Amino acid sequence: MSVLISLYLEQSNSGTNRTTYVMECVSLPPLSNFAICGGTHGNELTGVYILREMQKHNVEKVGSVSITTVLSNPRAVDACRRYTDRDLNRCFTDDLLSSPITESTPYELRRAQELNAHLGPKGSEEAVDLLCDMHNTTSNMGLCIIFNSADWLILHICKYLQSKITSMPVRALQMDLPLSEAFSVDSLGKHGFSFEIGPQPHGVLRADVFNTMKEAVDLTIEWLQQFNSGRTFEGGEVEAYTRWKTVHYPRDPTTDEITAAIHPQLQDNDFKLLQPGDPIFLSLSGETVKHEGDALYPVFVNECAYYEQKIAYHLTQKSTLTLPSINVKKD
Amino acid sequence: NFSPPARFDEARRVAIFGGTHGNEMSGVTLVNLWVKNGSEIQRKMVDTKPFITNPRAVEKCTRYVDTDLNRAFTPENLSALGEGDLPYEVQRAQEINRIFGPKGSPEAYDVIFDLHNTTSNMGCTLILESSKDYFNLQMMNYIKVTALRSNTEYYPRFSCKSVNIVLCDWFIAGLEVGPQPQGVLRSNIFEAMRVILKHALDFIELFNEGVEFPTCTVEVFRVLERIDYPRDANGNIIAMVHPNLQDGDWEPLNPGDPMFLTFDGKTLHYQGSGTIYPTFINEAAYYEKQQAFVTTRRETLVASAIRKA
Repeated sequence: MSVLISLYLEQSNSGTNRTTYVMECVSLPPLSNFAICGGTHGNELTGVYILREMQKHNVEKVGSVSITTVLSNPRAVDACRRYTDRDLNRCFTDDLLSSPITESTPYELRRAQELNAHLGPKGSEEAVDLLCDMHNTTSNMGLCIIFNSADWLILHICKYLQSKITSMPVRALQMDLPLSEAFSVDSLGKHGFSFEIGPQPHGVLRADVFNTMKEAVDLTIEWLQQFNSGRTFEGGEVEAYTRWKTVHYPRDPTTDEITAAIHPQLQDNDFKLLQPGDPIFLSLSGETVKHEGDALYPVFVNECAYYEQKIAYHLTQKSTLTLPSINVKKD
Repeated sequence: NFSPPARFDEARRVAIFGGTHGNEMSGVTLVNLWVKNGSEIQRKMVDTKPFITNPRAVEKCTRYVDTDLNRAFTPENLSALGEGDLPYEVQRAQEINRIFGPKGSPEAYDVIFDLHNTTSNMGCTLILESSKDYFNLQMMNYIKVTALRSNTEYYPRFSCKSVNIVLCDWFIAGLEVGPQPQGVLRSNIFEAMRVILKHALDFIELFNEGVEFPTCTVEVFRVLERIDYPRDANGNIIAMVHPNLQDGDWEPLNPGDPMFLTFDGKTLHYQGSGTIYPTFINEAAYYEKQQAFVTTRRETLVASAIRKA
């Protein structure tokens, strides 16, 4: 993908000394195919049911956009488990996608390569224009749009959704890995992102979460149509949470068992600035552990799937990203 | 009421079960803690045994391995032959029955608390089989009253939405605390369960010391029926618990109130003849048991005074 950029400025979140540059409008190729994935984790039910409804109504084309619906991990969905052998959403690095398949290859590695053939190949011209993967989290994160690199299209979609969705907070999270190391399904698309909505227990379908996910998907399709038909989307700013740092649970040094729970004052307070001295863990024997170091924003606080790696939450910084206006390139 | 108190033998042996469902983390964590260091659950003249009932499910952090242990204690299963060929949980049920039962016999443990979590917004729910005697009813009432008092007085961290007693015949009697996702340990839910058990053991100690618990009225919810999700001809769910009902455990559901919401936005209303009190609303584990929620009615029972024999 080639992008014409006149000026680009990334600002820190201090917000005091800001210089505003006027950015020229950027023209980008149309987006004619959109893949929407669900059930990448088989017990994250919202995406599974959104897909079921889309498939029931034979949603294949909306205006200028052809839509592909993909149930990423059917075996895990059937069993209502996160995965069968290993986490599918960690199988899309360049290395794993090119590893040879043998009889003992885990199911999810094979499936990743199938999906790569169907929706990719990752990094190529044949890859789907836009890929959206639907997820749930047990953390109190509202609606998050998670993407790898800060590309204008995705940031504009974030901005559009933030302006339209009122049922819960909408936030942008940026991973920023080199493409070869990007490990999630959405890295297959030329542009890709995930919707992550919580809190919802795994294996549960909440109507309020379903309705917000549906709204987010419908608005994304609406945005694509408007983009393709020539509308200019005005530039501006989007706040994104970046530079993830992982925080692990305190553990017993001999057994490696977790010895504390997320402190009640941190529980459900994703995106609330964590200051040095704020409580983070309450041990099973009643001691409080406090946050040390920089003031940062916690995300994925007490996500069920992270217990396996003993991850309690991630800490992020808030960045303000500036976007140019964009419109579709006319041939 | 001038009749003498009902007499019961001392409760000498008490069991606390965790991990009956391997992904219900409060009980797993508490029992593991107490197996390592049981000082917190010691009481004078009471032998309290913490016990992980389904270790394989706990190891895999899953509800069960072959079959739901909490439905496995049927007479057929308990007498089934076949040992190692039997489903894992049937073997476990037989083993647990040997150690802590047999149910109804003089060798059986006096009191067993089975610790559970639910994804439903049920607060602290004390579950009792409807046939249970006044000892159990008085114990549950003591726990409820003391827990509610400590909510405001002694334990700022105790933050259960409510404490309710439910009469239900398809459970091993026990304690259900929610909402908590499966596989997740929430500090407030963990501490609430811990406090509840403290009160339960206090009751047993007081009772064994000869304290008389006077006659009292006990508010309970009696389970009526299970309501499934609306499904299509292929058995697929076609509607979700309505946002108005979601998280509304123990709140009245009246005829005409919203109950389910279809995927394309249509509301289905409760069609019953009278007001019921729903609970177990949107419990993750019940999708496969065809249960969206359970209906109950409120009752006031009278528990006779009790005293140690």
